[in-house]
Amino acid sequence: MEQKIEPQEIQLTKIDFKSDQMVKWCPGCGDHAILKSVENVFPLVGQKMGYKKEDFVVVSGIGCSSRFPYYMNTYGIHGIHGRAAALAMGIKLTNPKLSVWMISGDGDSMAIGGNHFIHVARRNPDINYLMFNNEIYGLTKGQYSPTTPKGQKTKTSPQGSFETPFNPGELVIGARGKFFARVVDTNPKLMQQVFLEAALHHGTSIVEILQNCVIFNNNIHALITGRDTKNDNQLILETGKPMLFGKEKNKGIILEGTRLKAVVLGENGITEDDILVHDPTTEDSGIHMMLASMAPPELPAALGVIRSVKAETLEDAIWNSVEHEKEVSPYKNVDDLLTSGNTWKIE
Amino acid sequence: MTAKKDKIVEIEEAVVRFAGDSGDGMQLTGSLFSDSTAFAGNDFATFPDYPSEIRAPQGTVSGVSGFQIHFGHKNIHTTGDLADVLVAMNPASLKANMRWVKKDAIIILNNDEFTGKNLEKAGFDTNPLEDNSLTGHLVVQAPLSMLTKEAVKDLDLDNKSVLKSKNMFALGIIYYLFNRDFTNTFTFFENKFKKNPLVVEANKRVLEAGYNYAETLEVFSNTYRIEKASLNKGHYRNVTGNLATAWGLLAASERSGRKIYLGSYPITPATDILQELAKHKQFTCITQQAEDEIAGVVSTIGASFAGAMAVTTTSGPGLSLKSEAIGLAVMTELPMVVVNVQRGGPSTGLPTKSEQSDLMQALFGRNGEAPCIVMAATGAADAFYAAYEAAKLAMEHMTPVILLTDGSIGNGSEVFRIPKVADLPDINPPIAKADDPDYKPYKRDPKTLARKWAIAGTPGLRHRLGGLEKEDVTGNVSHDPVNHQKMTDLRQAKVDMVVNYIPELEVEGDAESDLLVVGWGSTYGVLLTAVEEMRAEGKSISMTQFKYIMPLPKNVHEVFSGFKKIIVCENNMGQFVNYLRMTHPEFKYEQYNKVQGLPFMVSELKTKFDTLLNE
Repeated sequence: MEQKIEPQEIQLTKIDFKSDQMVKWCPGCGDHAILKSVENVFPLVGQKMGYKKEDFVVVSGIGCSSRFPYYMNTYGIHGIHGRAAALAMGIKLTNPKLSVWMISGDGDSMAIGGNHFIHVARRNPDINYLMFNNEIYGLTKGQYSPTTPKGQKTKTSPQGSFETPFNPGELVIGARGKFFARVVDTNPKLMQQVFLEAALHHGTSIVEILQNCVIFNNNIHALITGRDTKNDNQLILETGKPMLFGKEKNKGIILEGTRLKAVVLGENGITEDDILVHDPTTEDSGIHMMLASMAPPELPAALGVIRSVKAETLEDAIWNSVEHEKEVSPYKNVDDLLTSGNTWKIE
Repeated sequence: MTAKKDKIVEIEEAVVRFAGDSGDGMQLTGSLFSDSTAFAGNDFATFPDYPSEIRAPQGTVSGVSGFQIHFGHKNIHTTGDLADVLVAMNPASLKANMRWVKKDAIIILNNDEFTGKNLEKAGFDTNPLEDNSLTGHLVVQAPLSMLTKEAVKDLDLDNKSVLKSKNMFALGIIYYLFNRDFTNTFTFFENKFKKNPLVVEANKRVLEAGYNYAETLEVFSNTYRIEKASLNKGHYRNVTGNLATAWGLLAASERSGRKIYLGSYPITPATDILQELAKHKQFTCITQQAEDEIAGVVSTIGASFAGAMAVTTTSGPGLSLKSEAIGLAVMTELPMVVVNVQRGGPSTGLPTKSEQSDLMQALFGRNGEAPCIVMAATGAADAFYAAYEAAKLAMEHMTPVILLTDGSIGNGSEVFRIPKVADLPDINPPIAKADDPDYKPYKRDPKTLARKWAIAGTPGLRHRLGGLEKEDVTGNVSHDPVNHQKMTDLRQAKVDMVVNYIPELEVEGDAESDLLVVGWGSTYGVLLTAVEEMRAEGKSISMTQFKYIMPLPKNVHEVFSGFKKIIVCENNMGQFVNYLRMTHPEFKYEQYNKVQGLPFMVSELKTKFDTLLNE
């Protein structure tokens, strides 16, 4: 039983979701832009999917990003470190009619919450999971995270980090996740578009947001987001469109052997027909995995929806089972159960 | 069923212990005998004693699985100290269980197994069947394996399946000894092996063969009968504590109108509750086997926010993992039931054995000042009511409740008088109404100090909860020092006020006497038996059992004041007695503690109590 929600005439505006609480992130923090995008997207989600303002729930773990629920006027829980995915799952399984949004960071999701991250991806409840990746611990003031590049010096890696970082997209796909997208905090238009697609996707939608920590890891994503460098280092994926990038859209991605390669149209006889066309809907995750792995300077970072595959959600499977059992179970109430099997009466 | 009437002796009670290799099906044999005991109208209590390995090396003492049943004409409160009858399927089970049998017990052995190698594996230097070490016992040596094969030789069954049913041969002998009927057990076979009529037939034949063997060979000079127990009128069944816990939760869900969400992770000896609830989706019971203990409890908090009757089940090490999340439930003031089926600790400890050593963890095992309701079931059947009450208190008082049971309750079984769900107390959670203009997240009911349960999705009540300290009434994040003090006081006061909603402590025996025996939780039956026996001997002794621990009932001081001495008995090193020393320092407490993974024995308790009375 798919929990169908009919689109209705619901007119919501971002004012409906604005909190009266003071937003306490640092000036210049990427989180502000993300908050604005989410405020802008919720009315659209409500309109397209029939959610009323009380149907939105925002949950989080611990970290700078995880203060998010306090800054939205929705139902919300600011949880404990790393465990927001479990909170979100409990909410969604209990009431599948809620639009459940989860906010987390790279420490919250990839370190202490790594276990929950992979399992939520595998189980596929319909929650929208926004993972702010600034490659640093901000709230504890500057320690390396599981996404900090190897060699980077931080307060706890004064000689440079010795560890190989996670790539969140690889982890999602490796965990057999059905939806993965990546955006940058400097592109509100793309954020809103992708957040909406995440909401429309029926299943766990994980969106990695390359977010800038202005205090402890400033410009960490500059190669991808910088005004001068972004065109050559971003590939914005569009379904059914060739994977072209560069200011003149004259660069593209081809599959050479078993690897992706960046090429220039016109060079070595390359034409647009040689360029891979993006299909996020294939169950086969091979190309999606390679797209998620792409990183400058060799290849552009893939942005937009990398993978979006239809699959049954956890709550649909469970609630279908509940409906089925209600029909077939010999127990119509708890009295029936208590008196089932071997019992005896003393008169 | 042709037991000769002139040989039947009427007795008051008996203890039978089945022991065999982990693969010998002793738990099944025991539970079939329990069902037959129920059918015979006796009161009873059972106690499984099994290793944590699924199949420890065959034939070794560490692989022995046991099941004890104590049944009788009178009310049975314990699983019995020592056995009147021991069934030992191999030398190792004899070795492991000799210390649990009476001096003149009947011992039924499978002597096919008493061969050189098996004796050696069990650690016998000489064959106990030949070295007179069993003198004083009535030893029945039956070649069970051979006789079982013989009984089904014309059925087309492989050797392995045949030998699997040799436990039924032993059971047949016991049925003869206690003049039992086959009807129930046959029905069980027919249902259990519905798809395999050959196996049904084999089990029936082997059971009968065991019975006939005992009769034909006249192995016993007497057989026994125990009159029906004088139980009150009613409808009865056998339940284990874990089953009763699951059903109590289902009943609370039905009466409160709240669907159940159970977020849990398999852990011995609590897993049965998850398994049972997973079967009952028809009652809108959502069970989620989480990736770990933490996800189990945290998803439960999410479910509570979304309006479910939220439950998580675990055992000791799992409770440790859940500590931080229980703190979140304390802070968010969301209702949740945490069932902890305690086992031997610390660390992995004794997973399949019972202990009461998580009390301090339940009371205080969280960061910060994080009070919640703590209660303990006093027996397998009581677990039904304890679980129901835990859910009721959690929802009506908007707080997590930790319900302590333990391995002996969880796996042990008792006769349970089946209640009507409609007769159970009402459950009225303080659910906030849509668009309530006066709703504030931390506004409280002055009678309970509970805040309202504003369920996510309700129009007009959007609010944020979280682990950060909240401002009184508004629920906004607050770091204000005075507010933190106030909220800390309120959270404690809310739990303290539950005292007005729980029953007072009751005394079994006189309200004034020389010695008060104090217990909590699962030790009720054994303490009661010891005290009743001593009272029958004319001793000045009474007892009281605590079911509610945080808060304690309001009349503790009044009750304790009536006694010259107080002794607190528990299966830990003194956690409850120290809690009493803290909460009621005006009394002097003696203590009796045991952590051997096993319940108290009536005899050891009586010895201790006698010593105190004679001092």
